[in-house]
Formats: sequence, C-alpha cells, structure tokens
Amino acid sequence: MPYIPHTADDIAGMLRAIGAGSIEELFDEIPAHLKTGALEAVPAALSELEVARLMNQRAAADAGALNFIGAGAYEHYIPAPVWAIATRGEFYSAYTPYQAEASQGTLQLIYEYQSMMAELTAMDVSNASLYDGASALAESCLMAVRANRNVDSLRILVPRTVNPTYLHVVRSIAGNQGLCFDTVDYDRRRGVITLDALAAAAPGATALVIQQPNFFGNLEDVGALTDWAHARGMLVIAVVNPTSLALLEAPGRWGTAGADIVCGEGQPLGCPLSGGGPYFGFMTTRQAHVRQMPGRIVGRTVDASGRPGFTLTLQAREQHIRRGKATSNICTNQGLLVTAASVYLSLMGAAGLERVADACLQANHALTQALCDLPGVRLAFDAPRFHESALLLDRPVAPVLARLAQRGVFGGWDLSAQYPELGHALLVCATETKSAEDLARCAAELRGALETAR
Amino acid sequence: MKSLAMHEPVIFDLSREQRTAAAQHVPALAAGAQIPAPLRRARRPRLPEVSELQAVRHFTRLSQMNFSIDTQLYPLGSCTMKYNPRICNQLAMLPGFLQRHPLAPESAGQGLLGCLHELQEMLKAVTGMRAVSLTPMAGAQGEFAGVAMIRAYHRARGDLARDEIIVPEAAHGTNPATASMCGCKVREIPCDANGDVDLDALRAALGPRTAGIMLTNPSTLGVFERRIEQVRDLVHTAGGLLYYDGANLNAILGKVRPGDMGFDVIHMNLHKTFSTPHGGGGPGSGAVGVAQRLAPFLPIPLVLKQGDAYRWAEERDLPQSIGRLSAFMGNTGVNLRAYVYMRVLGREGMRRVAEFATLNANYLLARLAALGYEPAYRGRRASHEFIITLKRLQREFQITAMDVAKRLLDYGYHAPTTYFPLLVPECLLIEPTETECLQDLDGLVSALEQILREAREEPSLLTEAPHSLPVKRLDDVRAARQLDLRWKPPA
Repeated sequence: MPYIPHTADDIAGMLRAIGAGSIEELFDEIPAHLKTGALEAVPAALSELEVARLMNQRAAADAGALNFIGAGAYEHYIPAPVWAIATRGEFYSAYTPYQAEASQGTLQLIYEYQSMMAELTAMDVSNASLYDGASALAESCLMAVRANRNVDSLRILVPRTVNPTYLHVVRSIAGNQGLCFDTVDYDRRRGVITLDALAAAAPGATALVIQQPNFFGNLEDVGALTDWAHARGMLVIAVVNPTSLALLEAPGRWGTAGADIVCGEGQPLGCPLSGGGPYFGFMTTRQAHVRQMPGRIVGRTVDASGRPGFTLTLQAREQHIRRGKATSNICTNQGLLVTAASVYLSLMGAAGLERVADACLQANHALTQALCDLPGVRLAFDAPRFHESALLLDRPVAPVLARLAQRGVFGGWDLSAQYPELGHALLVCATETKSAEDLARCAAELRGALETAR
Repeated sequence: MKSLAMHEPVIFDLSREQRTAAAQHVPALAAGAQIPAPLRRARRPRLPEVSELQAVRHFTRLSQMNFSIDTQLYPLGSCTMKYNPRICNQLAMLPGFLQRHPLAPESAGQGLLGCLHELQEMLKAVTGMRAVSLTPMAGAQGEFAGVAMIRAYHRARGDLARDEIIVPEAAHGTNPATASMCGCKVREIPCDANGDVDLDALRAALGPRTAGIMLTNPSTLGVFERRIEQVRDLVHTAGGLLYYDGANLNAILGKVRPGDMGFDVIHMNLHKTFSTPHGGGGPGSGAVGVAQRLAPFLPIPLVLKQGDAYRWAEERDLPQSIGRLSAFMGNTGVNLRAYVYMRVLGREGMRRVAEFATLNANYLLARLAALGYEPAYRGRRASHEFIITLKRLQREFQITAMDVAKRLLDYGYHAPTTYFPLLVPECLLIEPTETECLQDLDGLVSALEQILREAREEPSLLTEAPHSLPVKRLDDVRAARQLDLRWKPPA
C-alpha cells in the first residue's frame, strides 16, 4: 500500500484499542446510501518506476525549444544551490510557522527575504509574499483604497502599458468589492504613458498604477508620473521587475516622494518557468501603511530569556483573527519560492544582480538589432527599453510564430489580440541565458520564416 | 550534536564588502549603458555579500532550526501534514516541465497539458463534480473562486438580491474573509452540542437574500455532519447553493463524494489531500470543482481535450467565466506533483487515504481518552482528526492548551493546532494522517502521558516550555509594538 505503513497486526491491534470490528465501522456516521462505489475513472496504481517512465516521456516531448517569450515570466539562470536548499525536507515539508519556536529557520529566512525586498525596492517594509504578480497587484489596489485617507474613491487609474492580463486578474479579484479601473491610453510613437493622457482621465481616482519596465519593455518616465499622481492626492502603485531594479531607479525614490506600494512578479529571482507557476508575488510599502498590508509578516523580537528570535506579527490584520473583517482572505505566502528567492539574492548580491540585468539588456538590444536588420521587421516604439522589445512585422504574427515553433524556436508573444491598434506586433525577450549563437539562430530562423511565407 | 539548539546570525551580518559567489555570476558587459541617466538606480541595494559556501551553510543551518514532516510527526489539525513523496518533486522538476514558458505554444506542451487534463478528470471522479479548474493558487483563492461563481450564477439568473453567505461559527477564518472579499455579507450560525449544524438556526438564517452556505464536512470539529441531506434540501429550497470547503477532504476520499452529498461547488487543497509540499507556508493549489449549473462560470484557464489534442480554454470558450485569478495557469508545478501522487496511489489508494487517516485518528483518540484527555465530542466518531479540550487541566493546574503544545515540541513532536476551532475552550485539534506508523503514534501518546504527569507534578516544565529549542517562547506583544520587520545596518 503506497505510503501506508500499517501491517495486518497493526490494524487488528488498533481496532481493538478503538473497540471497532473493522475500518469500515469507523465510517458508520456517514449515511450508507451516500457512500462511494469503485472510482472507475481513476486509473490503477503505478509503481514509482512506471510513473517515472511516463513522466519522463511526457517531459521529453515538451523539451528542447529555444525560448524568446517573456511577457511576464522570464527565463534566467538558476544557480545550483538555490533548489538544492529549497528542496531540503526541512524547508520543503514544513508548514506555515505558527509554532514559532519550532520554525525559526523559516521565520528568519522570511525576515531576511523581507529585508532584501525592502532594500531592492527602497521601501520600508515587505510582507512575506503573495501568490503571484497579478494577484499581488489586485491586493495592492485593494490596499490602496484602504490606505488613501485623502481620497474616498474606489477608482484606480491603470494605463494600457500595464500587463493586460494583470488588469484582467485585478478585475476578477477586486471587482467584487466595487473597485473600478479606468484605463489610460499610451503614446503610439513612444509606447509609454504621457502626462497629457493622464490629464484626460476623469479626476478623483485613489491610485495610479505604473509598470516599469512596462508591458512593451519600454521605460516610463516614472518620476514625472509619480509626482503627477501625488499632486492629485493619489497613491502610486509600482509594478516592477525585480531583476531590472539592479539597474533602474528603485520605486521608493521615484519622483519627489517615491511610490507608496510596490508589487510585482518574483519569479525572475530563482524560480523556474515551470509552465506558469508556482511563482510568488512580492509587496513592499511605507511604514505608515504597514497595518493595511495583506499577507503574512515576520518580525524580530526576543524570547523569554531575552535572546533574539522571529515570529509572525501584526496578525490582527489576518483572516484567522479578524475573519470577515480581515485585510484579505489570504492564508499562506509562497514560502518555498521565497526560500529560493532568498538564496538566489544572497548568491547574486547587488553586484551579481547588476550583471544579470545588464546581460539581459545587452542580449535584448543585440537581438532587437539583429531582427530589425531583417526586411519587414522594425521597432514598434522609440523609447529606452530593458530586456523586451515590441516589434512590428509586415504581416500577421501568428503564422510566423507557428513556423518558428516548428523549427524549435518560440519567437515571442503575439501582441495583436491585446493591442489590435498596433497591427502585426510581436513582443520579444532575451535574457542572460541566450548566447550570441542563440540570438543569431533566432534571427536566421525568423529570416527563413519570413522568406518561406513570401 | 544537538542541531536545534543553535543561533544563526542574520545573513546581512555575515556580509563583507565586495565578497561574491563568483561562480554564478555572468561577465560584466556594459553596465546598462543604454539606460538614460534619470532612470538609473542612484544607490545600490544593500543585498548580502557572501561566498557560495557561506550562503549554503547559512541556509542549511536555518533549515535545521525547523520542524518538518521529514524530521518530525506533525499532527497539525486541519493541515493534513502527510508524507510528501519525493518522486512527486523529482518528476515535476524534470527539465521539460521546468523550462516550459507558460505562453509557449500548446502544440509543444502536450505532455504537460495531458497530465493536467488527466488530473482534472481524476479530481472530478473523486469529488463527484462535473467540471474542474486547476487555476486557483491556494485554498483561499479556491474559496474565492467558489463564492464568486455562486454570485455569478445568481446574477446571471437576474436573482440580484442574494448577497448573504451562511457560515457555521466553527468555520475556518478564510470562509468569512472570502465571503467579504466577494462582496457578500456573512451570517454565522451555531452548531449544536453534538457538533452538527443547528438546523433551527439554519432555517432562521435562510431567505431570499441567501446566496449560499459554506460547509466543511467532516466539519472543523472533527465530526461528520450527519444531517447533510437535510441541510442540502433546506438550502436548495431557499434558492441557495452549497459550497464545500475541501480542507477535510482527506477524511472522506474514496468513501463519500461532495457531489453525491449535494454540494454545488468545492475547492480542494491539493497541498493537503494530494500531498504536495507545504513549503513553509506555500505554494498551495486550490483546484475548484462544480456541478453542471456552475460549469460556465469556472475560472480560466482550464485544459480542454479535443480529439487527441489538449488546449487551454480561454475567454472565448467560457464567456461567463469569473475570469483569471493568476497571470498564467495557476501553480502548474504543484498540480504536476498532485498528478504524480494520484497516479501512484491509483484507484484503490484513494479510499485507503481516508481509511487509514481515520483509523489513525480514532486510535489516537481512544488512547488519549484512556489517559484522561477529554474529547470535545464524546460519543462521536473521529474523522481524520479530533479535538481534545484541556479546560479541566486549566481549572485544576492552570495549564493551558498552549503549554501542552509547547511542551510537545520538547519531546520532538510538532504541536497540534491550538485554539481552533474558536468555540471549544483550551482545545487541541489533532490530525495524525495516514502515513504515520503505529510506533510513532504510540510515541506521541507516551509523550502526552508524560506531559499529563508533569502537569500535576512539575507544571513549570509546561508553563516555561519549550526548553530544548533554539528559542524559548517569543514576546509577541513586543513584536507587534516595536516593529522590527527588516535588517538595518548598525548605526
């Protein structure tokens, strides 16, 4: 019996201790006519060898392509110690650190993670993480409504340069509480938000969301946008890529006063792409808003003999204490991914992360150059960029991408469904994982795909 | 060496300027030359500067300061801390799965999509629901999806007044918090002295504003709701829907299905019932299952099979969907682990989960009751977990549930859940799970027997516990009043 240790003698002795004649008798409070018959739709058991054979075949069938898709999830090199540490049973198979004395390892690690994220974003405090970047933005919007005491409004400005899927998720999660989201159009030439477009939005919103780099990979003028929002009593919610923060100004120092809430997708920090998850969302904020922040928070304190130690704190915000009046229904963080991210950031340090960010920037610029040298390919926007570029093709993108995929290259993300006004737009990404040969191959395959179609 | 009795500095205090873990670093190229000066970072973040060995040793030592399933029996009620088979992790981390970009073409992801589709089908089979979406990223998000679907269903019928969710007072805190997040009002109803829902209170709460009821069965009181069919009929007759909180699905897997009990929507905690790791507090995965009438509202994406090919269902397939809850497909890697687990257990293994979890719980209950520990619901069968109340110990010796919990840590057992559910005074909620063997259960019984003796003879062993861990009890009041939430360099 897989994972069941009981011998026949064990079972007999245990039933005697209980005073029951059979295991079935233990279920005698369940009405007999409700009981389940055989589960025909579940296949018969496999041994570990058999299931390994099956999964190896399936994984191999999916493997091997050269990937240039980003659009919110980014392929980075993950140092060997990261998952060797994260999959240690003591981290992997522990639960939420409710018993602080028996969970000092997880608690101290989260405290260190909070410290690193606060540093990286130049904010005062961080929580212990949320599910992913999109849900972190939803929680940030809900938090902004609670935290903004100047403006009594449920409206939030979301420029169209914010990841459109994030906006979809934010609407799914926060829409039920009456929040509404006004979109702001972007400048067609530069692919960024302008103050003119913001000025055209209806006044009186609670917060402005700014994504940096934005969904097109372009760099927004974050200082001016932040000051514009603050001058109108809005809070600023920054959505940032953590890798980029090694090179780009931290949201805590945007404009005169800095952003108020910072969130984003933590996946680039040591989490594999893994078909979409598990990733983690991060969130940092100002000290003044800490009691409005959702999610677990770890604090350092002392024990009964005065030694330093760590514990979950500010739990009065949370569902297990406040029930229906909690800041969120969230009950966990993404502990294992936070473990990976903490090891990753410790191995990188600021200097190593800077090199990663720079290598991504250089790879993307080299790729963009090589692709734009092809006939029928040009840059969509004239703006500084990080590790993604929006390109325009002279024909529909989907058939081109399909041809590239047949040749083992995932050539980017087709923007035409989300941004039809751009025409045949394609978002490409290159990170430090791509060698000069990889970039050359991408360009050669795209050339081939464009010629085949002609 | 007693590895648990140690202190480890905060990693920032191990740092020295310019020290690096050089092997993992990529070459320096152009220092971000293309970024305009006003957008550049002005000051480097103060991240750790340590060698690779320092980092590995630091985090390894931190790991040794944790209790975990791999190192201790972890009878944490309502959390189902069963063995997380290593094979599940190993196979979910095969390069073909790990390196897959979520937006990569479906044609090049049929292996993964096939696993996820089969997982959906197996979850339908064991819950008796008609359709499943794997997209919610944790139990609380599954709850959110469930209540959002209930609301969407009523709205789609033009039944706009239904904005109340009924929740038994014993419910997990996420239930009322979820109802609030969905914009619903919460009506809490009591349970009777035997732990069943108080039907008169339920009747009084039901009405034209009832959107639905959220139930856990077996309940958080560790007993099966015997009148579930009456509850179902009352709620359905009043026009409400029944939501099943899958927190305790382990207790009934393969024995009775929520769909057959009449539930309209359920969430499952794959990190409990299907043994994916808890990871120190996540990631979870909170798949949702629904009856036919709620299928159009399922969160996207979910996997469809057309002929021999799999693809993601999107907005155009489910125009009435409550929408997306994550940037991509939910916690795919967690779902893969659950898939491997279910394939290894197979058809017969499902039923064994509930049977041996229940056997272990009833055995522990019988042994502890014989020692003088007081069951909260005497005369009821334990499900996969049970509650003992220490109110007598508290009265006679001023010993609290927290004291017993902390003392158990000294004996090398993780504590049971304490002070939940809120309505049982001084309670311990104990869930051994099916993967614990008899010797280890007996070890826990011996420890609790010894602790009872200590309570009478030397209570300071309990009130000052733990004695053998890296820290003694922590000052939670100070933690909340003098907030220290991040490392800062010495002034």
